[in-house]
Amino acid sequence: MLESARMAIDSTYLDYAASTPVDPRVLQAMLPFFNERFGNPSSVHRFGQVAEAALEDSRERIAEAFRCRPSEVIFTSGGTESDNLAVRGAARAERKRRKAGHILTTPVEHPAVLNACRHLADLDDFELELLPVDSYGRVTPDAVRAALRHDTALVSVVYANNEIGSVNPIAEIAAVCRAAEVPFHTDAVQAAAHFPIDVAALGIDLLSIGAHKIYGPKGIGALICRTGVELIPVQRGGSQESDRRAGTVNVPLVVGLAHAVTVSGQQRHEEASRLRTLRDRLIDGVLGIPGATLTGHPDDRLPNHASFVLEGIDGNRLLAALDLAGFACSSGSACKTGDPEPSTVLLAIGIPPDLALGSLRVTLGRPTSDDEVDRFISAAPSIVRALRAHAAALP
Amino acid sequence: MSRSHRIAVAMSGGVDSSVAAALLAEQAHGVFGVMMRLWVEPGGANRCCSPQDVAAARRVAAHLGIPFYVLDMQAPFREHVVEGFLRGYAQGLTPNPCIECNRMIRWTLLLREALALGADQMATGHYARLQPNGNELLLLRGADPAKDQSYVLSVLDQAQLQRAVFPLGTMTKAQVRAEARRRKLPVAERSESQDLCFLGGGDYREFLIRHQPGNGLPGPIVNTEGRPVGTHSGLANYTIGQRKGIGVSAPQPLYVVHKDPESRTLTVGPRSELGRMAFEIAPVHWIAGRPPSEGSPLEVQVRYRAPQVECHVSPLADGGARVDLARPLPDVTPGQSAVFYSGEVCLGSGVITP
Repeated sequence: MLESARMAIDSTYLDYAASTPVDPRVLQAMLPFFNERFGNPSSVHRFGQVAEAALEDSRERIAEAFRCRPSEVIFTSGGTESDNLAVRGAARAERKRRKAGHILTTPVEHPAVLNACRHLADLDDFELELLPVDSYGRVTPDAVRAALRHDTALVSVVYANNEIGSVNPIAEIAAVCRAAEVPFHTDAVQAAAHFPIDVAALGIDLLSIGAHKIYGPKGIGALICRTGVELIPVQRGGSQESDRRAGTVNVPLVVGLAHAVTVSGQQRHEEASRLRTLRDRLIDGVLGIPGATLTGHPDDRLPNHASFVLEGIDGNRLLAALDLAGFACSSGSACKTGDPEPSTVLLAIGIPPDLALGSLRVTLGRPTSDDEVDRFISAAPSIVRALRAHAAALP
Repeated sequence: MSRSHRIAVAMSGGVDSSVAAALLAEQAHGVFGVMMRLWVEPGGANRCCSPQDVAAARRVAAHLGIPFYVLDMQAPFREHVVEGFLRGYAQGLTPNPCIECNRMIRWTLLLREALALGADQMATGHYARLQPNGNELLLLRGADPAKDQSYVLSVLDQAQLQRAVFPLGTMTKAQVRAEARRRKLPVAERSESQDLCFLGGGDYREFLIRHQPGNGLPGPIVNTEGRPVGTHSGLANYTIGQRKGIGVSAPQPLYVVHKDPESRTLTVGPRSELGRMAFEIAPVHWIAGRPPSEGSPLEVQVRYRAPQVECHVSPLADGGARVDLARPLPDVTPGQSAVFYSGEVCLGSGVITP
């Protein structure tokens, strides 16, 4: 709706962990595949051949970026589907292969992983075990080693958490799993925008990514699945994606994902250091507000990610007040129906429920300027003050 | 959004508040929608602020191009409105929860939230008008006599009225619906519910019995001389002035004239016992902040849909007041609000005491 679009004009977007705008180069690359080169890549004729070429070029681009073989790239509808395919597909394959029925994951996973695991536990009799996390939400390789069993079917540990930004020691955890010959999956949906990921060097068996967190379109992602790791497909149908993911591949979006990955790779290094500087300035500014605490690790975190809890603040109201003041942010407890629940991630790192309701996440992106960060820092304290004054006046 | 005059519109997903939002959004820039998430008895089909209502209000806001936020009010709503309703019934009163909701929730807590979010004023879809009178604001009945809602706003004070905007005050319900259709608002054809919004299902009597089982216990029915004439099915099933369904046969029609929760006794009597020429109220609230001048003509309305009757109000030492009526009224019910008017001007109100 046009009117709805008008709403956003004066607002500063600081929620890049939720979604990012499609890069113009990515958009241009996608456009011909909606109408001019619309063929089905499975078709024999030249329309199909053109689409198939674009699909396979895209697969190669992604393989190059993640240092894997093209045949190891499976296109999906996004991070959630990648997580589901990895978790369900690998756990079921391991059970079939060697009767392994134990799944290890963390309490700070994205719901796509956690709920897929829970579903397997509830319906397929898998035993789900949550690894301990430290107060930054990180898992140690020792904790994984201690929890691994001979019947562990899968270990899934998030690369970088979406709510608190902490980064896990993925290479070390992967090495522990590799030594035990247990498939290791990581959800890298947030991390892929900021870190170069060499799946071979890191020893990752299964890696989930999504395009819309890296300036690509929504509705497309990939699961990278190392050769030799078995997957039982989740959805059944045609033999696309080497029988691992049925359904006609969405060629324009695949092209978008591939270009988004390429563009990200070209500017990742400078962009990450620019964002890190801005992020730290923002963190320092917000920590100047009385009763504000950083959540997640101070250094070992996503370069664009700042997250806090604020005493005496309701996160939902804070988001509304910030939005009206022209800043679009996020909160772990945010709920559009007004029924707030403290974030399970914040509870898992030991934050009390009342304080967890006062969470704030500010995530920066390519368009974020110094000026935007400065304006946020100067506006936030008075907004928090106004909300606290209101809360104090409650009967 | 420019930092101009900002108005928060309290939206419900219904036609009235949606049209109120539309009218304001067309005139001003700084308009945003807020919706209260209120407590609803779990389990039943929600009547208001259900996910469907939230979705409806959100669609209207998107249609109008205004920001929209849902604010959690479940705890204070339950504490002040729902518990107050139950407490009142336990004392044999018949409270009006909509009045308490307007006083405490909408026009105190929500207004304060709206101001904390940066609003200068708050609008609702109530059918009532405001008229400046010197430095004060007068609250007038809505232009549509069938929809007038000044009754439930009679508990507001000058500070609240200064912040209030009632865009529908001069309109009729038919006009409001026509405006909704003309703008193709996605809620134009939604029907409205007359029931209390927090009921999980069934009517309020079932709600009372579920939450206070004592309300559903049978007890004696006595006549006005105290003689037992029958057994009732639970006090919650009766209201003052009720004639049908008492289940006692008598030569003349019998009406409920009194409920005593302590002895669980229902008193019935002829219509003549029902009519009252005077009653007391406490506390008393005057919208202007002071009582109307002595001798000025006053009328009173003892229920939301009761006739307006001439009266005289005399203050009592305890802060309450005695109301003398020019003609007897049959349905003076303790717990309900007596709302005072001078013609179209709503002056204030007080809760009728037993």
